[in-house]
Amino acid sequence: MKKKNPFGRILERDQGRRALSFILITALYLIMEAMMRSGNLSSLFQSLLVPVCCYIVAAIGLNLNVGVSGELNLGQAGFMSVGAFTAVCVSGYLSASVPSGILRLVLAILAGILSAALFGIIIGIPVLKLQGDYLAIVTLAFGQIIKSLITNMYLGFDENGIQFSFVENKTSLAPGGKMLLNGPMGATGTEKISNFTAGFILIVLSLLVVYNLIYSRSGRAIQACRDNRIAAESIGINITSTKLLAFTVSSSLAGAAGALYGLNYSTLVPAKFDFNTSILILVYVVLGGLGNMTGTMAATIILVLLPELLRSMQDYRMLIYAIVLILIMILTNNDTVRTNMTRVKNRIFAKKEGRA
Amino acid sequence: MEQERKALLTVQDLGIDFGGLTAVNSLNLTVYDKEIAGLIGPNGAGKTTVFNMLTKVYEPTRGTILFDGQDTANQSVVDMSRAGIARTFQNIRLFSKLSVLDNVKAGFHNREAYSPASAVLRLPVFRKKEAVIEEEALKLLSIFSLSEEKDTLASNLPYGAQRRLEIARALATKPKLLLLDEPAAGMNPQETEELMDMIRSVRDRFAIAILLIEHDMKLVMGICERITVLNYGMMLAEGTPEEIRSNPDVIKAYLGE
Amino acid sequence: MDFLSYLINGLSLGSVYAIIALGYTMVYGIAKMLNFAHGDVIMVGAYVVFFAISSFHMPLAVGLLLSIAVCTVLGITIERLAYKPLRQASSLSVLITAIGVSYFLQNAAQLFWSSSTKVFPSVLSNGALQLGGLSISYLTLVTIGTCILVMACLMLFINHTSTGRAMRACSEDKGAATLMGINVNLIISITFAIGSGLAAIASVLLCAAYPSVYPTLGAMPGIKAFTAAVFGGIGSIPGAFLGGLLLGIIEIFAKAYISTQLSDAIVFAVLIIVLLIRPTGLLGRRIREKV
Repeated sequence: MKKKNPFGRILERDQGRRALSFILITALYLIMEAMMRSGNLSSLFQSLLVPVCCYIVAAIGLNLNVGVSGELNLGQAGFMSVGAFTAVCVSGYLSASVPSGILRLVLAILAGILSAALFGIIIGIPVLKLQGDYLAIVTLAFGQIIKSLITNMYLGFDENGIQFSFVENKTSLAPGGKMLLNGPMGATGTEKISNFTAGFILIVLSLLVVYNLIYSRSGRAIQACRDNRIAAESIGINITSTKLLAFTVSSSLAGAAGALYGLNYSTLVPAKFDFNTSILILVYVVLGGLGNMTGTMAATIILVLLPELLRSMQDYRMLIYAIVLILIMILTNNDTVRTNMTRVKNRIFAKKEGRA
Repeated sequence: MEQERKALLTVQDLGIDFGGLTAVNSLNLTVYDKEIAGLIGPNGAGKTTVFNMLTKVYEPTRGTILFDGQDTANQSVVDMSRAGIARTFQNIRLFSKLSVLDNVKAGFHNREAYSPASAVLRLPVFRKKEAVIEEEALKLLSIFSLSEEKDTLASNLPYGAQRRLEIARALATKPKLLLLDEPAAGMNPQETEELMDMIRSVRDRFAIAILLIEHDMKLVMGICERITVLNYGMMLAEGTPEEIRSNPDVIKAYLGE
Repeated sequence: MDFLSYLINGLSLGSVYAIIALGYTMVYGIAKMLNFAHGDVIMVGAYVVFFAISSFHMPLAVGLLLSIAVCTVLGITIERLAYKPLRQASSLSVLITAIGVSYFLQNAAQLFWSSSTKVFPSVLSNGALQLGGLSISYLTLVTIGTCILVMACLMLFINHTSTGRAMRACSEDKGAATLMGINVNLIISITFAIGSGLAAIASVLLCAAYPSVYPTLGAMPGIKAFTAAVFGGIGSIPGAFLGGLLLGIIEIFAKAYISTQLSDAIVFAVLIIVLLIRPTGLLGRRIREKV
């Protein structure tokens, strides 16, 4: 029966796992949507839905970079920032000419993806030649630079066209003109056109892109470069372009996530996407498991909700968050805990095999 | 019977310096189409360095490497793979977190290429190429008796199987010349015996030339048609196994005074 | 004259970075980990000195010694509790743990001492040394002097004591060091102790120059000093010294001659350019994988 699918073995092996991630996220979406419709979801939770989607998309992208490609990236928030502010500007600029919110959202997200991808390529080409911790620090530096640049950008438009200035606000708009970027104040007066459904669709698309990429020629090449650069080159894999592919897809997804995020709030400051945000996304990836997209989604949801669930603890919540983080890292890397987990895993696998 | 065969690889006056230290000097080496040739020499003679120059991991300081009639000056490692040189490594280098099958499939990278976009969109070209890769990769695995382990992680394979997998992966690139760096290292006499048969059958089945580095004299003398001896980065001798065995310089280099 | 005074200011800021960077680089060299909580140890040090001086009216020297003691103990405790169980874990797990420790310290500080900014008392006289037309504040002189002193002591310690030799051995090869009878765990603890002690010294210099104390005080100097350590070649002690000084000078010059707002962007851009030219930093050793 299994032989029917000639190209499908590779699909078969992880097909279950992949299907599971789609099923889980769809189920979760439907439940949330139903609860929202019936008014059973508190406004706090409702307000978290879109941000959770954004962080999931950014984390899926980062997992491609860190887990599958094996390069530590400490600047994912920088790419979110590029995507967010591009999208906010595009949406603001098109607000009159494209009245449909959905169409504008799609256009703005596409613009966010393209700009983040462009930055990914520009940054990736020189940087991916570096290795290990040096690569990590450069991505950190780029995150800082992007934040610093956007903090100093002034962009506006009126009937005479677009005006842009850098470091000092020299724009002088005619009456009726609109400021899109306002230096450290970021973007204000953005029309909120993001919604949960868009976030859900974005997650599904990101999963599709990442899975389809991993289980293909490119995915094998990306993992080959991670496992052994020298051997990968010896069989004709170009390391720079392979790593660049993973890096660019990762930053594009961050761009999409940022775009969705930016269009979910009426004001957005550049300082939102700082080093801490990059680290936060990295934490989701590491806790979810390197290369494990389902785990990444679960970790993101839990860790975004955790501080909110701990709200009753008030001042202690971030402290508890920190302790939980440290304990999880120590426990998951502890030999005894690990052995027990493998034992459980083996038992589950044994069951599956018995059934087949 | 022994007619003048076509030279696949011609190395002339090859040399490399590492920061003023000459590692290999004035090496001349020819590998003919479909022959099994050996490169031997005491430890530190520069054998692996020669492989690294042939595959352009190191760019030679002097001399020329002609492969398949083309000068390979300034070619990259990837170019050499595309041109048709594949290799294995002295210290096995597999893609440890990929399955055995995926290790071999990775070898098809340039043979059955398609764009990342067609993979993401699952276009017909993706399905067609992946079907070919799957079929060919499984064939290679069965040749190297690895079919049973196709879903095992490469790092979980026993040592001998890892060596075989490395050869299978190299062959997946469809090379014209296969470089084997100490394929029998760590094997017992019986495994070495099997390896000799395997190397011969690889040559016959894939119709390729093989150049191997080996310390096991029984293996080298048993399967190589011609042998080149290196000592201190210099070429010491070149000839048939019989000639090498009776060459006084070689005996001196190996046994000392 | 402007140029000279900028240069001296840069050296002063760079000295603080260098002292912090030394802590980063020593820990990296020996434990092979990026200790992102290092900046927050500075913050704790700053609070200790602040309370010692403001609330308990201790003299600066006593406050400093107390701060060094607290930070040293803190450094050793963090290492024992959080990092030691992860000796065999992937570097990424250790990195995340370090971030957890950083969150912990920041939030604990916020809980105990509130998030409001406290004004650090002026501890060094505001006087300045007049040299021709050039005015150099005593604080600047003290800062630069301290950095040179620290560096000299550290080099003497590393190169001329048996503990220093053991540290160098651990940074080369922990396995071999163990075989030679070196207590690697002890050496790692000592390294954290020294690094954290230096952080306490840096905290006083930092707060003397920028007199406000708050829970996230250590974050930016931490990142900058980390950058300085990478700039000089992470793991290299002279590299951290050089990287710190250069980073300080570049930052002050960028502020003075280009743009205050863009100074951070310029600092990080210089780092990237340096790494593209020298992929392992200014004084870092080149590692080449053997094929």
